[in-house]
Amino acid sequence: MDNQAQHNRIVITGVGLVAPNASNLKEFRANLLKGHSVIHEIDLRYVGRVPAGICTFEETRYRKKKENKRGTRAGCLGVYCAHEALLDAGLDQATYPVDRTGVYIGLTEHGTVETENEIYNISQYNYNTDFWTHHHNPRTVLNNPAGEITMSLGITGPHYSIGGACAAGNAALIQGVQMLRLGEVDLALAGGISESTGSFGIFASFRAQGALASHPDGPTKACRPFDLDRNGIVVSEGASIFTLERLDRALARGAKIYGELVGYAMNSDARDFVLPYGPRQAECMTLALQRARLAPADIDILNTHATGTKQGDIEECSAIRQVFRNCDTTFINNTKSIIGHAMGAAGVLELAGNLPAFEDNYVHPTINLDTIDPECELPNLVAGEPRRIKRATTILNNSFGMVGINSVVIVKKIDEI
Amino acid sequence: MTLQEIKDVLLEIIQDIDEEADLTTLQPDQALRDQLDLDSMDFLDIVMELRKRYKIQIPEADYPRLATLESCITYLEPLLQGV
Repeated sequence: MDNQAQHNRIVITGVGLVAPNASNLKEFRANLLKGHSVIHEIDLRYVGRVPAGICTFEETRYRKKKENKRGTRAGCLGVYCAHEALLDAGLDQATYPVDRTGVYIGLTEHGTVETENEIYNISQYNYNTDFWTHHHNPRTVLNNPAGEITMSLGITGPHYSIGGACAAGNAALIQGVQMLRLGEVDLALAGGISESTGSFGIFASFRAQGALASHPDGPTKACRPFDLDRNGIVVSEGASIFTLERLDRALARGAKIYGELVGYAMNSDARDFVLPYGPRQAECMTLALQRARLAPADIDILNTHATGTKQGDIEECSAIRQVFRNCDTTFINNTKSIIGHAMGAAGVLELAGNLPAFEDNYVHPTINLDTIDPECELPNLVAGEPRRIKRATTILNNSFGMVGINSVVIVKKIDEI
Repeated sequence: MTLQEIKDVLLEIIQDIDEEADLTTLQPDQALRDQLDLDSMDFLDIVMELRKRYKIQIPEADYPRLATLESCITYLEPLLQGV
């Protein structure tokens, strides 16, 4: 293979993550294989008790408590993950110049939590805006989480957010790949972050829409994609950031390579504010496969987006059945059933949780699938227990979002250069 | 409020802003910013907290008078009379 071809191939060399059930990839993988959910009830202002995924991690490992207080929850999650990804990749500032490093962070929304908190704050002072915090603007600018990462790491290259509803994490990975291929940066910190569990409005809106999950047997049972008794979304916080490098540079420094981002696609439904649309999702998967120069049957693991809503799951299953017809060795799973819906972080976090399959050849299970909805029937849907497969070399990751945004990322194991 | 009470309140507010700050060696006549990891936004936090607790408005023109612990106490003493 010539040098230029390797220069345009982009690989994942480091993973930092925080999920409701883990604060590093090893722990995350172990808990996904066990189907271990820690979704529990939180008591949220105005909304009351609701199932949610809350992350527990060492928040002061990489910056002071004072800085966490100054910044946002999204910033706190992002700073932790960015440091963890760099450490995991064995990268320091000597490897790539700080002005050739870019930070691209996918967000479903940002500023909702901070704005709600401030309105509550001034409600304690008769809505006198003299009591509105001076921290509001720097906390709510859309680049906030990415900017907090650059401040913590002294990165002087570009940083910004990618707003892409619940497809944002994948969209940020795609942005990172594109910026590396364009030669804008030499290292990309790309991923997704969600602090949405701090917003009563997000829960209340899902509830008003009839899409907030609950289950009589408890919060760990609430998120049940494809199950006949599913009744909506479990909102979770979380984050995952990858280090992306060019293959030639990664090989030259002897980096551990998780996989290569070989294909991606994004498109728009152009039809509804909330309802997803299977035919467009099918087009998105097909385009990503074409760009990766892969046939559907070449995909070993398909990680679904399904959130546990009635219509959303049906649309995605219909799209998968259309594209992956007669693909006997494509195995399908769902990560949200275990960790809930980490919104802007979902795509990257769920992809991260599946990357170790390249080493262990297991497909982590979908949990809470007691009675399959006939409209969600899929061949090779891995449920209840992890499934050992012959060889995992490709993962296709779906991530879709409101207002009709679709994203697909395909990652391939690197073992033959 | 007595001068000691004002000092205690200020130290409490600063400690709340930076829980890891060591206030035991703070020199009252030296600039707070030279001794602690405080920037302009932190000073605004102090101003906001005083506003919330005691309903006092500190005009921007007076911010330089909050430079040291001692000058803060001197400045606040008449404003906190009767509190």
